[in-house]
Amino acid sequence: MPDTASPSPVAVAPVLITLQLNGEPTSVAVPPHWTLLELLRYGLGLTGTKQGCDKGDCGTCTVRIDGEPQLACLTLALEVRDRHVETVEGLGVGGEPHPLQEAFARVGAAQCGFCTPGMLMSASAYVDNLTLQDDPVVRREDIAAALAGNLCRCTGYTKILQAVEEVAQVVLDRQREIEESTAEEP
Amino acid sequence: MTLSSKTENSSQGRPYTVVGARHGKPDALDAMAGLAKYTDDIALPRMLFARILRSPHAHARIVSIDTSAAEAMEGVHAVVVGEEMPTRYGVIPWTPDEQALATDKVRYVGDAVAAVAAISEDVAIAACKRIVVQYEVLEALTSPEAALANPQNKIHEANKHGNITKQVQLAFGDVDAQLAVADLVIEGHYQYHGSTHAALEPHCCVAHVDGRGLLTVWSATQVPHYLHRELAKVLEVPTHKIRVIQPQVGGAFGGKSEPFDLEFVAAKLAMKTGRPVKCLYTREEVFLAHRGRHPFDMHYTTGFTKDGKILAVDAKSVLDGGAYSSFGLVTTYYSGQLLGSPYTFASYRFDSTRVYTNKPACGPKRGHGSVQPRFAIEVQLDKAARALKLDPIDLRRRNFIGENTTTINEFHIGSNGFLECLELVEKASDWKARYGKLGRGRGLGVAGSTYISGTNYCIYPTDLPQSGVQICLDRSGRVRIFAGTSDIGQGSSTMLAVVAAEELGVHLDDVRVIAADSDLCPVDLGSYSSRVTLMAGNACLSAARDLASKVRQAVAKKWGCEKRDVILADRRAQRLDDPDVFIDITDAFILAEVEFGTMGSTGSYQTPREDVHGEYRGGTIGASPAYSFTAHIAEVSVDEETGDVRVENIWCAHDCGRALSPVLVEGQIEGSVYMGFGETVMEHHHVMASGLRTDGARRDTGPGKDGLLAHSSLLDYRMPTTLDTPNLYAGIVEKPDPRGPFGAKEAGEGPLHSVVPAICNAIFDAIGVRIDSLPVAPEKILAGLRAQRSGGQSC
Repeated sequence: MPDTASPSPVAVAPVLITLQLNGEPTSVAVPPHWTLLELLRYGLGLTGTKQGCDKGDCGTCTVRIDGEPQLACLTLALEVRDRHVETVEGLGVGGEPHPLQEAFARVGAAQCGFCTPGMLMSASAYVDNLTLQDDPVVRREDIAAALAGNLCRCTGYTKILQAVEEVAQVVLDRQREIEESTAEEP
Repeated sequence: MTLSSKTENSSQGRPYTVVGARHGKPDALDAMAGLAKYTDDIALPRMLFARILRSPHAHARIVSIDTSAAEAMEGVHAVVVGEEMPTRYGVIPWTPDEQALATDKVRYVGDAVAAVAAISEDVAIAACKRIVVQYEVLEALTSPEAALANPQNKIHEANKHGNITKQVQLAFGDVDAQLAVADLVIEGHYQYHGSTHAALEPHCCVAHVDGRGLLTVWSATQVPHYLHRELAKVLEVPTHKIRVIQPQVGGAFGGKSEPFDLEFVAAKLAMKTGRPVKCLYTREEVFLAHRGRHPFDMHYTTGFTKDGKILAVDAKSVLDGGAYSSFGLVTTYYSGQLLGSPYTFASYRFDSTRVYTNKPACGPKRGHGSVQPRFAIEVQLDKAARALKLDPIDLRRRNFIGENTTTINEFHIGSNGFLECLELVEKASDWKARYGKLGRGRGLGVAGSTYISGTNYCIYPTDLPQSGVQICLDRSGRVRIFAGTSDIGQGSSTMLAVVAAEELGVHLDDVRVIAADSDLCPVDLGSYSSRVTLMAGNACLSAARDLASKVRQAVAKKWGCEKRDVILADRRAQRLDDPDVFIDITDAFILAEVEFGTMGSTGSYQTPREDVHGEYRGGTIGASPAYSFTAHIAEVSVDEETGDVRVENIWCAHDCGRALSPVLVEGQIEGSVYMGFGETVMEHHHVMASGLRTDGARRDTGPGKDGLLAHSSLLDYRMPTTLDTPNLYAGIVEKPDPRGPFGAKEAGEGPLHSVVPAICNAIFDAIGVRIDSLPVAPEKILAGLRAQRSGGQSC
């Protein structure tokens, strides 16, 4: 029998929400059943965030919500009301690529590039959370754990881990320099 | 680690400037910034969204389809059924057994039946639920045994021989005589399970008809040219009224190398509605579309002399094809034809049968048709090395076929770096000190392989070039390349830029590649069979050399010297003998344009017409201009309590002829090894099957489950994460082949093959248990250990 009982999804009244999107205040009307992924891709035209499975398995839709890597396909758009959302489009600053983007490009960490935006968002959260106090050493297994939710089908992860490792090392080295220069002051 | 050959650009008598340098992709930052446009990133004004209604039955006759309730729904613009485009098609023109939407029968759970275009995906999904299809359910044949045992229950009524889609029997030399004199005969029964590509980008298509009636189809395909032809055939629209564009593709691996239902559906619905239509597969639909690695059941008998020389190989294989032919004709040949190197056989025969079953169709996955037989033969060799007390690397060296030679099945081998590959992995893994000495529970295993760099013959009969490239120079010192090639992430556009930049003396950033647009680019056959570097690379080289010659000639005229005294390198034209005499490349291009007019040229590639194949039926399939070679060593540890196998390290060395872009070649090696590792120990494209067993009993999967996918998500289809993937070591061996551009052969598929047997051979080294049935799984390890304790296995 045809399914005629379900209500027609043609007209669903949207809800107006505001959020901080890549550092900009943003107001947008969103159908209440939409995920954040739908909002980003269809509502806002930010197609850098990818849809690989739409059920939270692949990590290609990873964005950062209040700094934490999250899956946009498992997040209802209404949940990000008044929160900070960062997507791959917001990674670089002033036209300059983020160090992770530069390293990924240089070492060949992207082949088809489809997992790359999500991978970069997970990696940026990992790098941003590095502190000398917590752990003074960059470890491959820590990076692997931080990226374990992001599948890549092209690279075998080798060059991705290498790129993140290089950037993480620079971050810790810089922290060490700052620490040493402040320690030298009387 | 690289074993490299001498590096000189022979056409200009100077060292290479771009070829072999450690560059990334010129356009990599687009992907980094989320700017790269994949098909699903295309949004056109007034675009509609299509969904496809699929069969819930593995095998059923369609009695009727009632679309009226769907058509009456608000927001629905059109519904399409199979009767509107009934023409049968298939990527191999000899086996057209598919329809865009089924008209008479459905042949697997997921076969497409009807489709809807609506104002949103939500509406399209709701409308699909209102389409009423009446089925007459037929007995499903979900295993090759069942399909062979029931030839009267034909999955395809038009098929000549029951449910057999293809059988190939070829023999070279006297196998029986050689087996009779062999000192050692090893018999093995091997089972290779199915696996799938699982590219992260789901298939997607957007179609639109413009005011002039031109149908434009954007699709995530790796074969835009074949898609173009099949669209014309099925839609009954001439090719000049169709434009096919392949946007950025998010991985393919063979899974996007033929037309799929969504392309016909989107195009037909765009034609019916006059509006743009997008169709995007769900992840479950990607698994159903499949065309992945065929499950093989293989019986191998191999005869050896006492010093390890291979006297005879006798192979019998049954291929589980699924519901349609796909590339199956080729797969069936490849199952035997690609085994003729890197070892020399005194005699060889194979008998391969591909069978229709009521499951998603199998097709070409990276290493098409030759990964499964490679698994069998390389484990056979390991068993022989054990029995003869030979080092398994040594046994492989003793059987090396050599270079500039011909295989027993009459294929021409050019350059061959297999021995160097073995040497590289032997050293890198410290094999001599460690093989057989790691103690119980840890082991090393080795295997080797070969693969084609394209096929000598096109899929359809033609004398036209296999690849065409057009190059223009402009007055700002830039180079524009137009090529039909499909960059699916492997870097074919970078490859073209490298070839042109090398010849024309510009930087990679100065080259713009416009690819895979049938309105703008000459034809290339597509990204399959590892053909693009050799074929499109040669076409590009030809066009670039033509232009470089003119530029050098114009500069030489200005300087009053000979053309050969002028070289182009590093954004300059300079004197070969005096690097202080130079002009900017932009000025050189302008001089050339003054001399010759607008600077453009074309290049094309056709395979050599001499000694290209064996002189027998089927002798063209597997014939390639050049062959790559690979060796793998795997290191594993096995937990004998749980049966868990941990692959710790995999060393791979691959002879790609010449690494035009070493970073990208390493990426292809690492990705291939990863994919081979995944399908050996984790992945399984598993369709639940009951059907008849050979003993006549039923293997019951439970009510309603016959023909259902056991996994429809990337969680259940267990592909390796960062935490699962072993350390991968990519070694490049360069044995330039005169038939490749700058000597280049392939790198994208060869490095997958022998990782599979290397892992299985390492497991034997670790615990003395043979895994001849894939995937490796704890229960098989534990069963092997139990058999070992009761005195079962020995080699």
